[in-house]
Amino acid sequence: MSQEESDISLIIAQIVQKLKGSNLYAQLERQAWGSWEKRILKSLNSMCTELSIPLARKRPVGEQKELLNKWNEMGTDEPDLSLFRPVYAPKDFLEVLINLRNPNYENGDSLSFRTHLGLIQVPLKVKDIPELKECFIELGLNTGQLGIDDSTQVPPELFENEHVRIGQKVLAEQDSAAAQQYVRQGSPTALRAELWALILNISSQPEDILYYEQLKTNVIQHDLLVDSLIYKDVKLTASNDDYYFVFEDYLYQVLLCFSRDTSVLSHFAYNSASPPKSYIRGKLGLEEYAVFYPPNGVIPFHGFSMYVAPLCFLYHEPSKLYQIFREMYVRFFFRLHSISSHPSGIVSLCLLFETLLQTYLPQLFYHLREIGAQPLRISFKWMVRAFSGYLATDQLLLLWDRILGYNSLEILAVLAAAVFAFRAVNLMEVTSLAAAEAVLADLSTLKVMPLLQIFLFATVT
Amino acid sequence: MRLGWGCQEGLVVGGPEQRLRLVALGGIMSRVSVPCHVKGTVALQVGDVRTSHGRPGVLVIDVTFPSVAPFELQEITFKNYYTAFLSIRVRQHTSMHTPAKWVTCLRDHCLMPNPHSEEGAQDYVSLFKHQMLCDMARVLELRLILRQPSPLWLSFTVEELQIYQQGPKSPSMTFPKWLSHPVPCEQPVPLLEQMWALTEMIRASHTSARIGRFDVDGCYDLNLLSYT
Repeated sequence: MSQEESDISLIIAQIVQKLKGSNLYAQLERQAWGSWEKRILKSLNSMCTELSIPLARKRPVGEQKELLNKWNEMGTDEPDLSLFRPVYAPKDFLEVLINLRNPNYENGDSLSFRTHLGLIQVPLKVKDIPELKECFIELGLNTGQLGIDDSTQVPPELFENEHVRIGQKVLAEQDSAAAQQYVRQGSPTALRAELWALILNISSQPEDILYYEQLKTNVIQHDLLVDSLIYKDVKLTASNDDYYFVFEDYLYQVLLCFSRDTSVLSHFAYNSASPPKSYIRGKLGLEEYAVFYPPNGVIPFHGFSMYVAPLCFLYHEPSKLYQIFREMYVRFFFRLHSISSHPSGIVSLCLLFETLLQTYLPQLFYHLREIGAQPLRISFKWMVRAFSGYLATDQLLLLWDRILGYNSLEILAVLAAAVFAFRAVNLMEVTSLAAAEAVLADLSTLKVMPLLQIFLFATVT
Repeated sequence: MRLGWGCQEGLVVGGPEQRLRLVALGGIMSRVSVPCHVKGTVALQVGDVRTSHGRPGVLVIDVTFPSVAPFELQEITFKNYYTAFLSIRVRQHTSMHTPAKWVTCLRDHCLMPNPHSEEGAQDYVSLFKHQMLCDMARVLELRLILRQPSPLWLSFTVEELQIYQQGPKSPSMTFPKWLSHPVPCEQPVPLLEQMWALTEMIRASHTSARIGRFDVDGCYDLNLLSYT
């Protein structure tokens, strides 16, 4: 573990200790989240002071010109990013979630029906398989699916041709609600970009393109510390990925603009987190000089760029790609890295995953627990990234079709459980966490729709 | 912001017979808070509190109105804290010499659909007089009976209890004619006032961020992040 990573881990360990040891130990959700947010701010501030880099500065004119010329090939830049470290990684966030406690909840030492055997100790209501079957009824065995019924062995007259025809009709009618219903059975590759834009209400009006150009100007004019974090993240994740490295330049163009977009701040009205604040230099404490940092209030973490990468397959025009990503973020992705009791929030997803596994694969769950390989430790990173970077791209897009179709992220938890069910035989033979991780390291060969269908509709319970 | 949901619950949940209908009022009804004295909660339990291991699953809260004449109850609001079911009994002033009797006006109103899980545990709740089983005129005293059958919770109660009576009608708003005719044979529902309050609340909770510019007069030179 490098120095930066061990520093972060130390900070995380300190928070964990604080949460466990204090005798209001049972911090309310908000207090736990508040201290987590504070640690993120401290980490960013200490990076600032250690590296003597300002949080934000105006670029000199020469530098602005240079960046403008290089705008379409920022990936060729090789700045020295070795001193930067990601503010946090998913596993750090998991530690915070594990230590969430409700002060009013009985957390006795003796085992009883009330004991949560998984890592999440918050009693949120999650669906069981009968409820999930009702909810995801279009994934049933009697309904045609793209991802299953379009495979080469199945003659296209049986399902695929008709499905494509209906999709074209939905697009012709420009019916957003119909499109959302339609993609529950998967979207044909040729129609996907337009269907998603229809569902997310994105249409490229001249003012949208102008808005994107203005964001671009903001990037040129001001240099943010967060930019370096974004660069580092892209270099570490997407650039190393066989599927996504070609889109490196697009990722910078989207994420740097995303940081400057103040319209993203409006999602904090329904997000329990709050955007970090700062003051113009020399004006500390004066409210007229208070600003949000970064301008969109979102501090990227390790792997953040993977939310954008799959979208690059669908959209090639930067301003449209940007709009789609922004809408996907404020509707879905923000829930994956903030604490809330929402059914699609990451806490509920973790609990749903653990409950499904414990209820329907009790032997496997017990075995993994006994060998010190709590299943959530392995599946958490899949869910936080919505499986981006773990599945093959065509499979990932089929999965994200369903996220849009059902307007819910619960399918991520169901898929995670289905993956464990699929590899259960191998997992029963492992004797350590590392071995379990190895069994589940490569998901790139998985076909998501058959896995989901079998887990929900064809497993004998 | 949870407040919105709590109020919505008060609107829709009133019993299976209640249907959401856009019914008009004669005018907007305002509400006036009635000062009340909330006595400490009393746990109903068999046996000695000290020696028994179980937690009481029933609590009683008495609410009196020492300085107020018998009034017509319009609304009860509170913040729930892990109570699963609520019953309310009311003692009303009767004329003549008949002693005031206790009558149940709300029976087993469900606040938490699943008593073992968090849903509904910390909601803001509003209960209206049309949801009550009896007429709420001339209220002398209220008794709230809280039930939490799940042993998972260490304690439960209701907080921020407020009782409201009907305020003076405000004649300033004018409605179109079809809106101001109440549906016959049905008690008017204070729907409009609640929906208005909801929109005001949602508007107030909007973040006050500047849209567009993130800098101050072209300057975005920042020192460090603020912790407050």
